[in-house]
Amino acid sequence: MAKFTAKPAELLKIDFKTPKTDWMDTPVEIREHMYCHPSKAKDLETVGFPNIHEWKPVDENWNLPENWKETVINGIKERLQKYRSFHVFMDICVRCGACADKCHFYLGTGDPKNMPVLRAELLRSVYRKYFTTGGKIFGKTAGARELTEDVLKEIWYYYYQCTECRRCSVFCPYGIDQAEITMIGRELTNLLGLQLGWIAGPVANCYMKGNHLGLEPHTIKSNIEFMLDDIETLTGIRINPTFNRKGAEILFVTPSGDLFGVPGVYTAMGYLMLFHELGLDYTWSTYASEGGNFGFFTSNEMAKRLNSKIYAEAKRLGVKWILGGECGHMWRVLHQYMDTWNGPADFLEVPKSPITGTVFDNAKSTKMTHISEFTADLIRHGKLKLDPGRNDHLKVTFHDSCNTSRGMGMFEEPRYVIKNVCNHFYEMPENTIREKTFCCGSGTGLNASENMELRMRGGFPRANAVRYVHEQHGVNMLANICAIDRATLSASMDYWVPGVGVAGISELVANALVMKGEKERTQDLRLEPLPQKSGEKEGAENV
Amino acid sequence: MPTVDFQGKQIEVDEDGYLVNLDDWTKDLGEQMAKGDGLDLTEAHWEVINFLRDYYAKYQIAPMIKILVKEIAKVMGPEKGNTKYLYELFPDGPAKQACRYAGLPKPTGCV
Repeated sequence: MAKFTAKPAELLKIDFKTPKTDWMDTPVEIREHMYCHPSKAKDLETVGFPNIHEWKPVDENWNLPENWKETVINGIKERLQKYRSFHVFMDICVRCGACADKCHFYLGTGDPKNMPVLRAELLRSVYRKYFTTGGKIFGKTAGARELTEDVLKEIWYYYYQCTECRRCSVFCPYGIDQAEITMIGRELTNLLGLQLGWIAGPVANCYMKGNHLGLEPHTIKSNIEFMLDDIETLTGIRINPTFNRKGAEILFVTPSGDLFGVPGVYTAMGYLMLFHELGLDYTWSTYASEGGNFGFFTSNEMAKRLNSKIYAEAKRLGVKWILGGECGHMWRVLHQYMDTWNGPADFLEVPKSPITGTVFDNAKSTKMTHISEFTADLIRHGKLKLDPGRNDHLKVTFHDSCNTSRGMGMFEEPRYVIKNVCNHFYEMPENTIREKTFCCGSGTGLNASENMELRMRGGFPRANAVRYVHEQHGVNMLANICAIDRATLSASMDYWVPGVGVAGISELVANALVMKGEKERTQDLRLEPLPQKSGEKEGAENV
Repeated sequence: MPTVDFQGKQIEVDEDGYLVNLDDWTKDLGEQMAKGDGLDLTEAHWEVINFLRDYYAKYQIAPMIKILVKEIAKVMGPEKGNTKYLYELFPDGPAKQACRYAGLPKPTGCV
């Protein structure tokens, strides 16, 4: 595959004209840089996924199993019976088009098949043909079509151009949740072994080693030790966190990206510093070492299998409750699925902050609290000594992750935290934040490198809103609470809005956190010089 | 699976040119991969590649970039302990390009 070299100006030549032919008569064109590589056989074998075979998205012949059509139709049938929501969403769309221009992939590509209504219609048309009387009798006139290899390819191509962000569903008068339709569509492709490498790799790693990256226990420890060295350099304080400690009050679970990637590691340093300052009785786990769940992008069953380790570890260690780090889809899973998949976690207690005494009733069933809720509560009770001036070199805006905003309704806590640890905070335009937030453009396991054109196109609406506050207010830091965001927005900012950095909120908290016994800080968590130090120098010169 | 021709043998690689079987790696194969990108590996490159291989043997994953930077600073001097220097050596990024020449798989997940 040739390298992706298109410049931003090229990508912005978006053609919003609809094709001359009807959508059913416009064949799918699978283009380079818009799709991810297929999975490796060994990764599918690891978790026992079916129909493992060699295939390439651009090939005419996908080497599908002989009974592929039957597999898909039966797959739809089974899911119609199992998921009431799916059945309803297949029936009720009136094609009003309210969703059409709400999708970041449609806005970035101009491809009508990226309108959520049409993306759903790709599968609905098949549903009508095989499961409705009208479709069976009237065929195309009733919006029904035969399931052919080309139709399957089209579903595959466009269902991996949806990040299940659910922005469209906010605008749908019926509340049709395109994410759930995409999830089913992806499950069907998974039945045929048509999985992506970037998804199957992390799933296999997580199944075998506890986390997406495949970090082994000694690697996790070594990476954290490395962060502790940096923390000691900047604060003079040596932190000694514990791992897999039985009897700890709290189990802390976060995405493994925080233990490996930049700028995720700065977020992890933030957790370490905050917990140390509080004297929190908590433990890391090298087994439940992943908050994220790429299984969620393959099938509900796989997601459930991967997620089970969190409660299993909490039980084994005998903790009272679980604290979760900054991750996006992790919270959709925890908030909306975990309790019924892996619960009830009746061996745990309702989370209660040992510092403030606040009981997190909202987490009564899952027993798992979000780090931003936990931190906001600490600040609200005046339990943290903060010097927001240490973040004065930053003009910050906040990107609501799709899943923490639309998936769990958490809007205020992160903003409350940022405003208390930073002096300069600016919101992006109203229709691009909170429940109407734009996706980073690379979620649901689409954050590979070979699909960079897709990522940059899908990331454009978010980046465009960042550019607005960058130009209006000089914003230079995009704060967020998701590990995929930290990885993908870095790439999208470099492409669309150079000069804007990306940071997890816990990094900003730790920059501002005045720790007991710390030496005078001259550096931030990235070991860059702190702003007020140069400011003081300037002041001294003026005197 | 795609393959590359190396000393008359067909070596399996993935779509991005990373080795499928890590045992297939030899120094010469690393050199050949780099030549394919128009890059002649110098001692400075090998310093990075050898560290990556040693680290991988111990941890079964490439090091995080911060660890690599610190290590290079230790060996090559503090003025070279930065990502800029690593990008000069490996223009496509040390994580991707150097790992490929070192015969390591590329990390996946939220990175």
